[in-house]
Amino acid sequence: MRNPPLSNPQIGADGALTHLLSTEGLPREILLNILDTASSFLEVSDRDVKKVPLLRGKSVFNLFFENSTRTRTTFEIAAKRLSADVINLDVARSSTSKGETLLDTVDNLVSMHADMFVVRHISSGAPHLIAEHLNRLGRSDIHVINAGDGRHAHPTQGLLDIFTIRHYKKDFSGLKVAIVGDILHSRVARSNIHALSTLGVAEIRVIGPQTLLPAAMETMGVSVFLDLRAGVSDCDVIIMLRLQSERMNGAFLPSAREYFKCYGLTPEVLAFARPDAIVMHPGPMNRGTEIDSEVADGPQSVILKQVTFGIAVRMAVMSLLAGN
Amino acid sequence: MLNAAVLIKNGRVVDPKNRVDRVADVFIDGGRIAAVGSPPQGFVPNTVIDARDRIVCPGLVDLSARLGALEPELSAAVGGGITVTACPPDTQPPLDEPGLVERLVRRSAALGLARVVPVGALTQQLAGERLAEMFSLHEAGCAAFSQVQYPIFDTQVLFRAMQYAATFGFAIHLQAQDPYLSRDGVAHDGEFASRRGLPGIPVCAETVAIATALVLAETTGARLHFGRLSSAAGVALVRKAKSAGLNVSCDVAIHHLHLSEDDIGYFDSHARFVPPLRSAEDRSALRDAAADGTAALCSDHTPLDEDAKLLPFPDASPGASALELFLPLTLKWAEESALPLETALARVTCDPARILGIDAGELTVGRAADLCIFDPAETWRVSAETLCSDGKNTPFLGVELTGRVKATLIEGRVVFGDDLAFDPNVL
Repeated sequence: MRNPPLSNPQIGADGALTHLLSTEGLPREILLNILDTASSFLEVSDRDVKKVPLLRGKSVFNLFFENSTRTRTTFEIAAKRLSADVINLDVARSSTSKGETLLDTVDNLVSMHADMFVVRHISSGAPHLIAEHLNRLGRSDIHVINAGDGRHAHPTQGLLDIFTIRHYKKDFSGLKVAIVGDILHSRVARSNIHALSTLGVAEIRVIGPQTLLPAAMETMGVSVFLDLRAGVSDCDVIIMLRLQSERMNGAFLPSAREYFKCYGLTPEVLAFARPDAIVMHPGPMNRGTEIDSEVADGPQSVILKQVTFGIAVRMAVMSLLAGN
Repeated sequence: MLNAAVLIKNGRVVDPKNRVDRVADVFIDGGRIAAVGSPPQGFVPNTVIDARDRIVCPGLVDLSARLGALEPELSAAVGGGITVTACPPDTQPPLDEPGLVERLVRRSAALGLARVVPVGALTQQLAGERLAEMFSLHEAGCAAFSQVQYPIFDTQVLFRAMQYAATFGFAIHLQAQDPYLSRDGVAHDGEFASRRGLPGIPVCAETVAIATALVLAETTGARLHFGRLSSAAGVALVRKAKSAGLNVSCDVAIHHLHLSEDDIGYFDSHARFVPPLRSAEDRSALRDAAADGTAALCSDHTPLDEDAKLLPFPDASPGASALELFLPLTLKWAEESALPLETALARVTCDPARILGIDAGELTVGRAADLCIFDPAETWRVSAETLCSDGKNTPFLGVELTGRVKATLIEGRVVFGDDLAFDPNVL
């Protein structure tokens, strides 16, 4: 019915990545190119002088309409290691409270010669709105990186997760990956599902109570499990999701205690997975709610490596978008 | 001018109410239909309109159009062949005071464009707590009462509202959406919303509200109309209630016949509606309901300024500008569903008139001569420039549509497309 046909706004006419908005619809070659580039950046962080000049003279604006010190910091470190100038705007507390619209804020920053926006927003689709606005203005030289929008996407987290999986498992083709917990509200889960589907893992499982599973989930190409033990059986990778405190009591779940009893990852549950299974978590963890400390700090946990890899992956994304 | 004798020649007259579909002349005298077919005795026209290759039908009756500024929107209405439009009570301030209703009727009548039929607020301030003065509002001109999209949380208030409305035989127009089940939702709770991470509104938000209202209507004897149904399960409930003999009706917004959840694409805020666009299967059931007469059609016209849509999808205002797209989108549905023109036009003329309980939507001798003359073959492209309405917000921008209104007459006066009328002496 619609005209013109809907096109993916993160891919330019030449097929190259203009913005990073979602892992959905990202071709395999682009995904692998980001992972390979990130590998080459890994050693930069081990140097005495942790800097390369790839983004020298460029201005990266961290536009966080939703607070997150942790994610903002990792983007800031990544941009600084690429020698960019980083400007942090705590928009949640400034412009929008004065009534300025999202696109007005963007127009103002464009006038200040921004080269890249790292955007986090509470509403799904906000980074798309900014990217399409820039595309309409003909400013394909300004790039948008989605740092998390509503429940929709958190593509750099998805990329660092597949980077971590490749690091430990080398090949995606035979893998069974379980994603456990609050799938409904999780942009991380969606970003992982799209990336893992494109890379052709053997099976993606989502595990959680029905209150935390989105409708028609199986249409995204995943198997749905309500039982944790059955779900993690024979899995190679277990990705635990953070349970937000506001969901712990009320209509989604009766209590954190009961959630841990049914869906918490303990050594006993982990024993159902393959012996060489890795355990991942996007952080910050709720110990004793979704994961037992013994597992979080145990030999199969790669949670802190994810954080290290996250810097390299974000450097890779920024560097590729800037045309390097 | 009121006594003008108008002859509309050679048009294909489609009048669903009277089961007419044939080439015939229409004779208008004193603002009323004088005859269809052969001229009344002694009829001498002073205006002749040649409608060869065109359709002559009753002016369209719209069950809901938000008006904003009256002049541009009522011009848009007649530009779209609509001669009567119901105005929902969610105006600023809401239509809960007889004085406001009288003012709306007076100001719209003074423009001499489409007639406005106010729908009054069911509760004061639409707050869902205290009943509005329905009897006085009816005296002021309200044809029915509605909460629009504002919930009544307290089912006892809804029960009392139905009892009170039934006391006077007033109809209640409800938009069925349970406020708890739809809380925070912005899109159909299904595959697409799950994929895009949009908070969902499940189908049960609609069916629970319909089921509750049907039980209360059965108990109280209130006359119920469900506006803007969105789901297969929703229309199925209404169809079942109708066949069980309950005095109930429903309508579907024209967008919901053509669009589904997939049209949200990459968060296109023009595809944000209340109720939400649902699955392709739901859309197909809505088309069937309109085809078999279970549902009438409605423009659900909602003109918005650009800023209201230049926001992330969940934060954008819902609704689309539709008065000028109503007829072509109805024709498109009819063509795609291989429906007779008479059936399709019934859904936008006599059916909504019957639901509103007004004399309109038919070309019966003696009735007001409200007519629409359109070219069923002319194509045009929807753009901000082609729309008369202040609202340029439509998901159909850039789309080519077939069917264009050439003239609209209200009580025999040409209120749109007057270049078509000419003096018979020049012939």
